[in-house]
Amino acid sequence: MESNAHRNIDPNPELSDQQPEKSLSPFQLAMRRFLRNKLAIVGIFILIFFVLIAIFADVIATHSPTASNMYKVEAKADSENWLGTDSSGRDNFSRLVHGSRISLTIGFFAMLFTVVIGVTLGSLAGYYGGKVDGFIMRITDLMLILPFLLLVLTIIAILEKINITIFITIIAFTSWPTLTRLIRATFLSLKEKEYILGARSIGASDFRIIFKHFLPNAVGPIIVNATLMMATMIIIESALSFIGFGIPQPTPTWGNMITEGNSLRMLQNNWEAWLPPGLAILLTVLAINFIGDGLRDAFDPKSNQ
Amino acid sequence: MGEREKLLEVKNLKKYFPVKGGVLQRTIGHVKAVDDVSFEIYKGETLGIVGESGSGKSTLGRTILRLLDPTEGQVIFEGDDISTLSNRKMRPYRKDMQMVFQDPFASLNPRMSVGEIIEEPMIVQNTLTKKERKEKVVDLLAKVGLPAEARSKYPHEFSGGQRQRIGIARALTLNPKLIIGDEPVSALDVSVQSQVLNLMGDLQDEFDLTYLFIAHDLSVVKHISDRVGVMYLGKMAEIGPKDKIFENPLHPYTQALLSAVPIPDMERKREKITLKGELPSPSNPPSGCPFHTRCPEAHERCKVELPELLHQGNEQYVACHLYTSEEK
Repeated sequence: MESNAHRNIDPNPELSDQQPEKSLSPFQLAMRRFLRNKLAIVGIFILIFFVLIAIFADVIATHSPTASNMYKVEAKADSENWLGTDSSGRDNFSRLVHGSRISLTIGFFAMLFTVVIGVTLGSLAGYYGGKVDGFIMRITDLMLILPFLLLVLTIIAILEKINITIFITIIAFTSWPTLTRLIRATFLSLKEKEYILGARSIGASDFRIIFKHFLPNAVGPIIVNATLMMATMIIIESALSFIGFGIPQPTPTWGNMITEGNSLRMLQNNWEAWLPPGLAILLTVLAINFIGDGLRDAFDPKSNQ
Repeated sequence: MGEREKLLEVKNLKKYFPVKGGVLQRTIGHVKAVDDVSFEIYKGETLGIVGESGSGKSTLGRTILRLLDPTEGQVIFEGDDISTLSNRKMRPYRKDMQMVFQDPFASLNPRMSVGEIIEEPMIVQNTLTKKERKEKVVDLLAKVGLPAEARSKYPHEFSGGQRQRIGIARALTLNPKLIIGDEPVSALDVSVQSQVLNLMGDLQDEFDLTYLFIAHDLSVVKHISDRVGVMYLGKMAEIGPKDKIFENPLHPYTQALLSAVPIPDMERKREKITLKGELPSPSNPPSGCPFHTRCPEAHERCKVELPELLHQGNEQYVACHLYTSEEK
């Protein structure tokens, strides 16, 4: 840190990265720890792989994912349809490739939307306390006592027409309570810190205190939970699509591709129709969970030693 | 000594915290953290407040700074009552009073660099231009004995004593008149304590500061204070000039506290007064004098009547029935 002459000779060069020349913020230190986590790196590579597939889906896909060929229904894999075709004669491989787009988009935006709602309400409840807190927490309780799947199914049944935007909104609308509670709890624990009092003692506005003092210190739990939540969102999409309440056909998603495995004949003979999307879901969720765990370890101050 | 100028006057200040219980979270009682405390602080002096844990010293400091809203009573700063001002109206006064906190590991935002921490009060109060602010940060770091490079580092890279210096620099940023030190050295090593205390003393001379110094360590208070107040269970037991309090303590509680201070003199022997029991709960304080449950000289009157804080000559005030005439 000091550039004294005797400090220039480092007797132990291997340790030198533990005494960085430049000062690192706690966030940078956490990122440094994160990048040392091998499983998390594997997760990142898998996720990047799927993201690239999603971005270049048009180039990779051999057919249009929605075009059906009624002369070739539920076909086995061949040189033209690498993973065969589904019950409407659509190319499974192209649907798998395009499905990554929908699944990742839904996972990401549903997570983002939930985080926005959760952070806003959680911050308000945790910071202001009292009546504001009581009101928000009672709504949260109300949402939590309703069975999630039943609530989603009811809303979808009422709305009838479902597209991706509506679907994301519905999922976010039903998943915000847990995150709200988490943010509120984090705020409550930070509230007693003396630097919050210090900020108030200099006359800082509520807005400034929330954005400069609370949120930066709550960023760890927010990022960790947002990441893990994205995995949950992908599962929810698949599950709802599987039971037919998700994104409707012909839009390709991994969830409604697995639906093809519903019939015993497909399940026994055409494994190439349902196994790849299943594996894709598994790998994506696993990768995201690895990243989430890595982030958790990185942000947990106890893992510092 | 009537010509001294009052900087802060605290009049009958009370801070009660509601105790909630039952299914409906109704208020079933109060913790009387600060109960009817009055004193004044004169310009340029250091008033030390001592007391056990739970005696309400920290709450007193926070209530004066309006970090907590007083239940009753007045806080008069330079002639203005600030105890009921709204947050917005309170803002200009915050420039004049700052706080140095107890725990140097919790008082600095870990996500902000030291430069940002010291600069923040100036941004909030909008006092200087960006360039002037940066210069002032370096200037303040030098004043508290830290190198200018410290500004780009983060709190976790500093030791407790260094962090407390950063905390002091932050408190000085707005050129306050009053600094409330909430046990600013109790979390530090003894060797570092004296450094920080000396630094605070030097800064007092340089910036014309007035200190309200809260501590539980009598030797620390003796070192830095001009006057000393002793708190017990949310009330002021005794207040007066340092010499009087240390040489001629009147209140039995002060006497007991002083007898517990170790003296580095093997020859001198003295009687040690050991207090029985614990500090009673401030949610259910004893009737009469709050100290009567542990007082070695308690008599019948102490159990029923609350003693007033009365002048005993030489600026020394004490709240004890031993010094009030029985006829009253």
